[in-house]
Order: sequence, then structure tokens, then C-alpha cells
Amino acid sequence: MQTIVSQTSPPKKSVLYDPKVRGAFYQVLLVLTVGYLFYMAASNAVENLQRAKIASGFGFLNNTAGFDVSQTLITFSAAGSTYGDAFIVGLLNTLVVSAIGIVLATILGFTVGIARLSKNWMVAKVSMVYVEVLRNIPLLLQLLFWYIAVLGPLPQPRDSIGFGAGVFLNSRGLFMPRPLYASDAWVIGTALILGIVGTIVFRRWARKQQEQTGQQYPVGIITLALVVGLPFVSWLVLALVGTNPISFDMPQKGTFNLRGGMQILPEFVALLVGLVTYTAAFIAEVVRAGILAVSKGQTEAAGSLGLRPGQTLRLVVVPQAMRVIIPPLTSQYLNLTKNSSLAVAIGYPDLVQVFMGTVLNQTGQAIEVVVITMGVYLTISLVTSFVMNIYNRRVAIVER
Amino acid sequence: MSTAIDTSRFVQHNQIEALPPPNLARGPIAWVRENLFSSPLNGLLTIFVFYLLYVIVPPIIDFLFINAVWTGTDRDACRAETAGHRIGACWAFVIDKINYFTYGSYTISERWRVNIFFLMLAVGVTWLLWLRAPRRDLGALYFFWLFPTFSYVLLTGGNMDLGGGFWVGFVVVSALFIGAFAAMAYLLKVSVKSGAAIGAGIIAVIGITLALMDFDFGLDHVPTSLWGGVLVTLLVATVGIVFSLPFGILLALGRRSKLPIVQLASVIFIEFVRGVPLITVLIMANTMLPLFLPAEMTVDRLARPLIGVAFFASAYMAEVVRGGLQAMPKGQYEGAMSLGLNYPQMMVFIILPQALRIVIPGIVNTFIGLFKDTSLVSIVGIFDLIRTIEASRIDPNWAAPTISYTGYAFAAFFYFVFCFGMSRYSLGVERRLAAGQNR
Repeated sequence: MQTIVSQTSPPKKSVLYDPKVRGAFYQVLLVLTVGYLFYMAASNAVENLQRAKIASGFGFLNNTAGFDVSQTLITFSAAGSTYGDAFIVGLLNTLVVSAIGIVLATILGFTVGIARLSKNWMVAKVSMVYVEVLRNIPLLLQLLFWYIAVLGPLPQPRDSIGFGAGVFLNSRGLFMPRPLYASDAWVIGTALILGIVGTIVFRRWARKQQEQTGQQYPVGIITLALVVGLPFVSWLVLALVGTNPISFDMPQKGTFNLRGGMQILPEFVALLVGLVTYTAAFIAEVVRAGILAVSKGQTEAAGSLGLRPGQTLRLVVVPQAMRVIIPPLTSQYLNLTKNSSLAVAIGYPDLVQVFMGTVLNQTGQAIEVVVITMGVYLTISLVTSFVMNIYNRRVAIVER
Repeated sequence: MSTAIDTSRFVQHNQIEALPPPNLARGPIAWVRENLFSSPLNGLLTIFVFYLLYVIVPPIIDFLFINAVWTGTDRDACRAETAGHRIGACWAFVIDKINYFTYGSYTISERWRVNIFFLMLAVGVTWLLWLRAPRRDLGALYFFWLFPTFSYVLLTGGNMDLGGGFWVGFVVVSALFIGAFAAMAYLLKVSVKSGAAIGAGIIAVIGITLALMDFDFGLDHVPTSLWGGVLVTLLVATVGIVFSLPFGILLALGRRSKLPIVQLASVIFIEFVRGVPLITVLIMANTMLPLFLPAEMTVDRLARPLIGVAFFASAYMAEVVRGGLQAMPKGQYEGAMSLGLNYPQMMVFIILPQALRIVIPGIVNTFIGLFKDTSLVSIVGIFDLIRTIEASRIDPNWAAPTISYTGYAFAAFFYFVFCFGMSRYSLGVERRLAAGQNR
């Protein structure tokens, strides 16, 4: 302040004041610190592993597992399968419970979210209580509740509760008829795929027609006819012609247990119910926020154009709300997938329970097991967010 | 695309008849008609909801209150055969076990220390969350420095017994550290005195903390294996918040930094932690931390999940803080720079106070998530509230059919009260902050 800097010769600044030099200095410091920490951790780990005589490397994946898993989607046996198979079994179980959970949580969550905005006072209040109660209690507690307190007191297999049509409930889970496919069952599958493809084509066409002429077609009924009707008709034709393409293996009540049929583990049911009801509460909030984000003027404008309330919702509000809903909805899906790891608390054989639990305890190869497990979850997360970024770029409002 | 559509097809051609004037009726019957039976579908829905409530609510009230057992000393009070009537919740069990649920197996004669910890926590939380509390800067100092230090001393008993050799080493390192600061100040041609003062300040904070932890206050040592219940639940949550806020701020600043390596490191850390479930982080802390440390060093069994939780919460906090930093208008940064403030000054005096203020709701919401997630430490064998309930549930002395339900109901009530209270607070702050925006 006291000295006036002459215009001709700028003051000679210390090189230490150069932002580039400083930036480089800080970054080198960071790299050195992190590198040192990693080096220390690695060298300690090598030393500790050698002392504990624990092998390293991924060779253990080919060793015989020697334990059984209660729910397997691929053939798995204690004697014949490897740790690598156990990993796949766990991964598939995680994916199954997440996929079914996502579908059910979306349905329940949208229902509750829309119900919270209902003009019906009772419906709105009940939905609010649902959301507040479910959101504010830890998921782990809810899972324990569903598993021990609700499914625990179910009767022994000999006193199974029958629901008719071959569905039984007892302490070993839910028993249902298992479908058996005859050799020509592929026709039905093909019919279903054809129906779905046909629906997509028809919807595109109907949309184009609507944009050009304003004419609307009964999309809902035709979708139903194509997706449900077509496979049904093909089943009917096959059944009338001769062989029944799908028959059911009914669970039979034995003295001590039910034989045959399809068994759904109580752990699976508890985990699924817990995940679905918990995540649905969060999805409901996302949906509510999304619908509220569409300004009231849109609804009013649609009304003044003569659209009925149902059309307003379907053609004006929902498409705009989805833009707000989808990103947080995806992160709720990811949360559900990550939360499915709480299966370990109630003994559902998911990735964490099988691989990070049993396999880790048997082999002691903590680093490899942790790296693989985390890698799986990380891959799922990163792939999802990558896809989401692409989607976001597509639906983002194009400003004029 | 818009020009291609012939809009006249969407527009009414004929004038439609005017609607009747709105019904201005008031009173309870009009309200019911308006809100419950406005259309046949709504009427059906209302009746359905009433039926649902009729099925669900009376049994719950019956279980929790009417048939509940409030007094008793063992299972006989809560068994239908011995009590002679239908049994609902067995609150006598909770009352009998309440000390275990609160303190775990913490030495009975030393439990006053835990109570002081609860009190100090309450003071710190109120000081920080009450927006009009006096001297909230001192509150931050208390919550992030004094409170953790004193809590450590109180709960463990302090007296780390570092030994004279450690302190000699500490003095030497401190002298070198202060010298380095002074030298740096000399090289940068700023006041050597203030450079040395900053160095000395850092050393003083570390030194006082260590001295307090080292000093023998005459408190008995209570090993962490005895801690449990609400104490551990609140402790995990506290450690999470005390560590995650400063770390989260640093990570958020790192992610917004222009230095590529700093930014990359922050992004990798944040995205990695946010991409994996907490339980895998906890298992990792449990199994891998001992591997990464030298063989002669052991990590306390309670400290391992605490470290995991602290890391985990930091990543989530970082994203919340980043939201606040991004919401700051660019003019604030430019204004600070044009005043000649350097980066730390700009952040500490201009940006962070504003940014943190607008993300208080986000921070509280993250904390609610963290608070619920503390229950996961029970999976890695820490005796938090859930684990103490699990352990008491199977106590043969209290073997009765409704014990499990009662224990879970109690835990649910505990978590609900905390989380619901915090979410209301966060809503209130959000409304208050929005009030300033809606001018």
C-alpha cells in the first residue's frame, strides 16, 4: 500500500507465489502421502499374511467349497463346487432379490406417492403415516422384525397353512407349484416376445398418428391383448391340439415335510418384503416431489385445452414429472441393491453372506474377497450411473 | 417438431356449457363430502382405507397398551399360562433390561460417566442445531474438539500412559514443525511471527488433546468390550458426524479443486465409497485393518467399525457440501478474490459459512441416514442397541412369546423418535431458509 508500483518494471515476484508452482507442490505432497500410506499398508499386509501363512492370489476360486447354500439358481454342491461357483451363486441371489425388489418397490412406491397427493384426505394421511414410519426406522430392524417376529411363529411343515391351488406356507418357507415345460413350450415364449415387440411397434405408430392427426387409439387394450392374449391363445391352441405345454409339479404334504413344488425360503421372503416396503417409502417421496415439481399452470393449461383429468395426468404431468423422478429413482434402485447386502443379518445367501461371510472365513483371504465383492457392487453402481448420465442428457429440457 | 402439429385438432370447436358455481358449503358434513366422498371411486377408497385401519390399528393398540404387561420381574409375568390372560407387549422386560439397553455391560459404578457423555452430546447438538444460539463458533470448537477429547477421557478412563520418551519426541517434532512454518513465512516474505504463531497453534491443539488423553484423572479404565446399547449407537453416530463433517468439507473442496490430481483423488474416494454397501466397508475395516497395520499394533475392536463409519459418512457428507458449494453464486468467489483474499481465507470467511448454512437440511438428512446405519455395526459383532436387544431376547429368564415383538417395538420407537425429530428439524430449517429466498 505504501509504495507505488511503477508502471514500467513489474515487481519481481517470488516463484513461491506462482499458483502453478504452488499447485504442483500440493499435488506432489498429496501423491507422496497417499503413496507412502499405500506402500506401508501393502508391505505390512505382505508381512502379516506371510506370518499367518495365508496364501494370496485368486487361485482359491478353484478350490472345492465344501459347504452348502440354501438357495441356488445353478447346480451347487458342497463336494463338487468351487469357491468360484459359490461367488456366482451369491451374485445371482443378490441380483434376483434386487430385480424382484426393484419391480415391486416401484409399483408400491408409485402407488403410495400418488396416494399421498390424493384429494381423498384419508388416503393421503394413511400414505403419509406409512412413509414416515417406514423411513425413520432402520432397515436392519425391519428385516429382523419380518424375519423373526412375523415369519418365525409360522407352523411346522406338518401343520402347513394351505391357500389352495397347491400353495402352502410353513416355517420352511412358501411352497408353490413348480411349472414343468413340455417340449413345445417354446411356442408360448415366442408368442410372448412377439407380443412385446408388436406392442412397441404399435405404440410408436399410435404416437405418430396422434401427433399428426390427433386421433387416439386404445393403446392399453391392444397392449393387453398382445402381451397377455397372444401367449394365452397359443397355450390354448397347444392344449387343445394335444399335449399340455405347461403342467405343474404340486407340492405334496408328507408326514414331516412338503415334497415337490417350488420352495421359496423364508429368508428370501423376509428380505424381499423388508426391502420393498422400506424402499417404497423413499420412492413415494421421490414420486411426490416429481409430481409437485410440475407447475400447476401445466395442469390448468391442459384442462383449458379440453383434456380430461386422466389424459392430463398421462400426457402432460407424468412425462414432465418423470424427468425429475428418474435420477433419484435410480439412486433408490442402487440403494435397494446395496441394502440387499443386509441379507447377511437374516441368513439369506446373497453375495455378502456367501462370499464375504462363509468363503472369507474359510479361506482367510480377506483382501481378495473384499476386492471382488466391492468390485461387483462398484461395477453395478458405475454402470448404472453411466447409463443414467446418457439418459439425463437425452431428456434434459432443450432450452430455446 | 412443434410446428408440424396441427394444434387446431386439439382445441374445442364448440362452446361447452358453463360449470355450475362451486359449492360453498362449510361444516363437517361438507368437509367429509369434499375430502372423503367426492366421487364414487373416492368413496370406495375411503371405505377400503377405513377397513384397512380397522384391521391393523386395533390389534396394535391392543398389543402395545391394553394387553401390555407393565410390571414384573421375570417371564412369569409375560406368559399367558401364568398371568391368566392374553398377553400383549411385555414392557416389564424393557423396564428390567433398560440399563443394559442403555449402557451395555459398562461397569455399574462408572455409569455416571456415560450420563455425562450423553449430557455433553446433548449440549453440543443443541448448540450447533439451534440457529439462534449464542457464539456458535465456540459451539463448533466445543463439538469438534473439546467434546470428543473429553468423551474419550470419560468413557475409556483416559490415562493413555504415553510415557516420557513420547513427550520428548513430541517436543522435538513440535520445535521442528514451528521452525518449518517460520522458515516458510520467511521465504514467502510474510510476517515470521504470525507464521510461527500458526504453527504453534496447531501444535498446541494437538498437544493439549494428547495431554488430556494422557493425564491420569484417576478414572478407572473401562474396556470397550463392555460398552453397549444406546451408548454405542450414539457413539458410532457421534464419531460419524464429528469426523465426516471436516473430512467431507475437505473432500468436497478437493472435488471442486482445479488441481487435477487432488480432484481425481477426491472423486475416486467419494465414488468408491458411495458405490459399495456400508456392510462391506465394515467387514473390510474388521478384516483388513489389522492386515494393513504393523504386527505390533492392534486396533480396538470397537475402533474398527468406527473408522469404517467415519470414512463412509465422509463420502456422503462431501456430496452434500459440494451441493452447497455449487449453489454459491460465482460473484461470491469473484468478490472474495477481488478483495485479495487467498484460497483458505476465501473459503473460511466467505464461501463455507454461506454454503454450509444452505446445506444444513442436507447434512441433517445425511445424519439421519447415518444414524439408521449405525445399526449395521451389530452385524460385525459390536453391541449396539440392536445387538443388546438380540442378546436379551433369548434370555431364558424372560422366555415368553411376545418378548421379540416387545424388544423390536422398543428399538423401533427409539430410532423413530430420533430420526423423526431430526427430519422435522431439517424441514423447519428448509422452510426458514426458503423464506429468505422468496422475497
